[in-house]
This record gives sequence, structure tokens and C-alpha cells, in this order.
Amino acid sequence: MGAHVYSVMREPLVTEKKTLHQITHDVCHSIEGKPSLLWWLGFLTTGALTLYAVGVMFYQMYTGIGTWGLNKTVGWGFDITNFVFWIGIGHAGTLISAVLFLFRQKWRTSINRSAEAMTLFAVLCALIYPTIHMGRPWLGPLWIAPYPNLRGPLWVNFRSPLLWDVFAISTYFTISACFWYIGLVPDLATVRDRAKHWLRKLFYGTLSLGWNGSTRNWNHYEVAYMIFAGLSTPLVFSVHTIVSMDFATSVIPGWHTTIFPPYFVAGAIFSGFAMVLTLLLIARKTMRLETYINAVHMDNMGKIILLTGSLVGLAYGTEFFVAWYSGSVYEGFAFINRATGPFAWSYWIMVSCNVISPQILWFRKMRRSPLVLFIMSIFVNIGMWFERFVIIVTSLHRDYLPSSWAYYTMTWVEFSELIGTFGIFFFMFFVFIRFLPGIAFGEVKGVNKFAQKHHDDHAAASTNKAEAHHA
Amino acid sequence: MPKPLFVGVFGDEDHILDAVKACRAAGLDFHDVYTPFAVHGLDRAMGLPFSKVTWVTFCCGALGTTIALSGMSYASWWDWPLNVGGKEALPFPAFVPITFELTVLVGGVCTMLGMFALCMLFPGKKAKMLHKGQTDDKFVVALKVNDKFDEKKARAIFEQFHVEEVAHRDTDYDANDEQAAKAGGAA
Repeated sequence: MGAHVYSVMREPLVTEKKTLHQITHDVCHSIEGKPSLLWWLGFLTTGALTLYAVGVMFYQMYTGIGTWGLNKTVGWGFDITNFVFWIGIGHAGTLISAVLFLFRQKWRTSINRSAEAMTLFAVLCALIYPTIHMGRPWLGPLWIAPYPNLRGPLWVNFRSPLLWDVFAISTYFTISACFWYIGLVPDLATVRDRAKHWLRKLFYGTLSLGWNGSTRNWNHYEVAYMIFAGLSTPLVFSVHTIVSMDFATSVIPGWHTTIFPPYFVAGAIFSGFAMVLTLLLIARKTMRLETYINAVHMDNMGKIILLTGSLVGLAYGTEFFVAWYSGSVYEGFAFINRATGPFAWSYWIMVSCNVISPQILWFRKMRRSPLVLFIMSIFVNIGMWFERFVIIVTSLHRDYLPSSWAYYTMTWVEFSELIGTFGIFFFMFFVFIRFLPGIAFGEVKGVNKFAQKHHDDHAAASTNKAEAHHA
Repeated sequence: MPKPLFVGVFGDEDHILDAVKACRAAGLDFHDVYTPFAVHGLDRAMGLPFSKVTWVTFCCGALGTTIALSGMSYASWWDWPLNVGGKEALPFPAFVPITFELTVLVGGVCTMLGMFALCMLFPGKKAKMLHKGQTDDKFVVALKVNDKFDEKKARAIFEQFHVEEVAHRDTDYDANDEQAAKAGGAA
């Protein structure tokens, strides 16, 4: 009687036989019972880090940007490195929720919710840096509006990529938040209908907008969801393209490269997937969600990391080739200096973390080992942070005028703010998995039928599967 | 005035899809069908037209494009032409990124608001539930009890597709609210 065709060659996305009610229960359980000791530990540690970060930022604003290690030559350091790093982290969430949706990659269902949440938190962390870099951020709104000065109202320069960035990132945040919320509504309705306490009924009742699963609503909902996926896909590529133009439209050797847009987008997806892996490998262990976030998901994410990591590696090579092939003395110097100059240590950390460490993912066994993936994802996170550091600092520190060459060392304020944003990021994530359903169970239910069928046919299929794996 | 409904509760997405197709073929009118997740093809099986939300996106996206292009042209060409390195005051290629972003921003936000408006969903709205499990694991078909309605036929179709529960309800019924449930739920 079934309307669907099931292939025995595909692995199930839910590894145990679960009824629809069990799926609801498994996911809602973690936000209904008392939080675990592990959750409290994470919540309090990251909460303390958040407070510390806010304190340091106030100190920095009160004292001035001089608390950072920037100098006349290296005018961008930790601040923009962190900004680009966090924006990049955000990209995986939209890629999973939008691009994989358009490509009908059903394995996205268990991981899209937390990846989208991660996007929002990462973009918030990124926004901190340009804001505090302003020195007097409370004057910020004035620069968007016509700026009153002696020549009359002066508008912003719409030719500047830095201004495009303001529009790109605020659009990206808003659209990601809307997309995330639309996905949440049906799940919030489920949580509302399970709620016992009046406060929970009120909270989830208000957020779920009176959703009752009507097909007349699903009809509009599904079209809107598809439109959002369609809008977010070019959006996510535009955001890091524009971020890369902050550099590429300048005249600094090492920055004005035409490959920057695709190079940055690949790097963003690479680092974003690494962060998704870091978070989900922790979440599946602490929240006991191994059934829903399993070897299939890890394997697929591993493949994407391998692909984007190779693209990034190719970009590193292309930069060197073009520096030599262009015959530009300055370009050539910038790249030789990158690999052998005073910041060579950061360059080689970047290469070993981003190009060498992901090579382990060629092996299927490694892609399916949580421990290997976890360690590898940490390496990639470190490597991608250093990529931005290398691009920004090594290109700046030895400019056209040797007399102004300088070295850049971070101060305790910059270090505290970096650690602090990690605290803020994880703090928001801990709050999220406690109050909102961390797995889009409405969507998991949609792929569950296939999993059930698979378990029924398991005995018959096992021989076929073995052959498929050998093939 | 509440309208009478004939309700069948199912436990499987394939059963409800087939039951809905059969009901439509038999000429019965749907009040609505409730499912815990989007069952692929159910809206077409019910005979619902394609959603109009695409029009909201198109019109609002076009509005975003217009706002961006006219706003930037006004600011950097009409109101105060700014000489940046001797470049044109109206540099169209430089306007492309912001035009794209605002198109997506206005189009996207309005798509969300338009979708909720078309569904008549808003904060504070009370969800009316025909069955407590319809946001969890139950699939509910609600047929209109009108001139075309034939209980025997409807019951036969429901039973053919493994219905779990059959009941007479009305449009005021709410499974989450016991008083309303009593008033409108003579099974």
C-alpha cells in the first residue's frame, strides 16, 4: 500500500526502530526533565566566560583600542580575524538547512536545527568584533544615517565593500533567524501539546502561533520553506564573497586576489562543518542522541570537510602559483614572506591543520569514528582561525615601505575577548538545547518511515548491503 | 455556529494518504487533514491549490530591489554626488551587492509574515486540536458533514485504510480543552 519506494542499498537515517511517538519523546525529553549535571557544568562555565568577556569589552571601550596590540603597520589583527572566523563558522548551518534541502539530502534532518542555531550564535559573535572595533560603538548608528558635518549631510559610500558587509551580514542574520523560526514552529506546537505547567504552555503556546498541523497550513508552509531555502542559498554564498571583497578590493599584496570569493566560501563551509561536528559530537554523547546523529551523518559531513578542505588547499597552492606567474615583485615577496618570514609559524600551523589533517578522511573507517572526527574537527577549527590570521597579519606586517615593517603580538585583552566569544557562543548553545528542541523531529519523522522499512527488511537486505559496500 | 465534522484518526502516513485519495475520489468534502509532519503529496491529494505565498515573495522582493536601487541612487547621485577617485557618481555594478541583499531581506521577511498570515497564525492564537496526538504521531482526517456527506461511504473508506478511531465532532471541538471537548464532542 505504501506510496514510497525504498532502496535497501541506502543506510537508514535513524539507526533503531522507533515509533513516531518515541521520536517525539526522545527529543522532547531533554528539554522537559531536569537538566543533567553535565549541562549545568557547561552552562555555568560558559556563563562565567561570558561575564568575563563582557567585562573585558567594557574595560577595552573605557580605556580605548590601545589595549589591543595593533600598531600603525598592522591595523587589523585579532579583531577582524575573529570576525571572519565566526562568520565562516555560520556558513555550515545555512548550507545544511538550505543547500542540502534543495539537493534533497535527507540526512540533513537530524542536524539542521542545531546547525542553524549555531549559525545565528556564530553571526552574533562575529558582530561583536566590528562593533567593539569602533571604539565608541554608541556612535555607530550615526554612520548609517546621513552624517552631520560641515559639508551638510554626508551619506555613506555605497561603493565600499565594508558597507556591503553591513548589509550582507544583517540580512544573513535576519533571514537565517526567520528560516530557523519557521522550522521550529511545528516542533514547538508538539512541545506545547506535551506541556503540563502553565508557564510552559504559555511560552511554547505563544511561540508556536496556534499551529495544529493542518494540511491547509502545511501547504503554505512547505512552499515558504522551499522559498527560504532558495533565497538562503545565494545569500550564504554572497555573504562570504562580500567578506572576501573587504580584502580583495584593496591594493595590499596578498589581499587583492581574484580567487578570494570562492576561496573564502570554501573555507567558510570547511570551518563551519568542523564546528558543527565539534558541537554535535558533544551533543549526541551528552544528550544521548546517537540514534539520530549516527555514522551516516558523520560520514557525510566528513566527505564535505574533505572536499572543502581540498578546495582550500588548492587555493593555497593557486595563490603561490599566481604570485610567481604574475611576475609581480610585491606579490611574490608577500607569499615568500608568508611561508618563511617572521610569521612562518602561523602559516605552517594553518597548512598542517587545514591541508594535512583532513587527509585522514579518505578512509571510511576514520569518517565513522567519533573520536577521530572530534580531534580532526578541533584541528580544522584551529587551522581555519590561523588562515584568517595569516591572510590578515602576514599581508600587513611588511608593507611597501621597509622602514615601517613591524611585528604584531596580541595582548591579554585580545586573548580574553577571543576566549570570551567562545564562551558566549557555547553559552547560547547550552541555553538553546535546554529550551528549544535541538533536533527537528518533525522532519526526522518524515524520513523515519524509510528507516522502519529498512529494519523490517534488514535480514533480506544484509547480503545486498554487503555487496554494495564492497562495490 | 459550529459545523459538524466526521473524523477519522490514523496511525500511519501511507494509510492517510491513501484514505484521503479515496475520500476525494468518492466526492466527500474535506474540512482539513491534520498531520504531525508534512506528508509528501497530501496537499495535492486533498485537491488544495498551489500556495499563493510565492506571489508575496515576488512582489516584496521586487519592492526590496526598488528600495535599494532608488535609495542608493538618491544618496550617492541625486542628493550628494561623492567623488571617489574620479569614478562615476552612479556606479551600477557597485550597487549590485546591496541590491541583492535588500531583495533577499525584504522578500524573505515578507515571505515569513505572508505565510503566517495566509495560515492565519499569530502569537496568542489558540490551537484547536481534533485529537491530542495530531502534533505527535496521529494523522487526522476531518470530513465536512454536508449534503454530499455519506457516513456509510466515509466509514467504509476509513476502515479500508486501517482507521484507529472514528468520531463525530464539530468545528468548536478542542482536545486540549476539556470543557470545549465536552461541548462539541458527542462521539
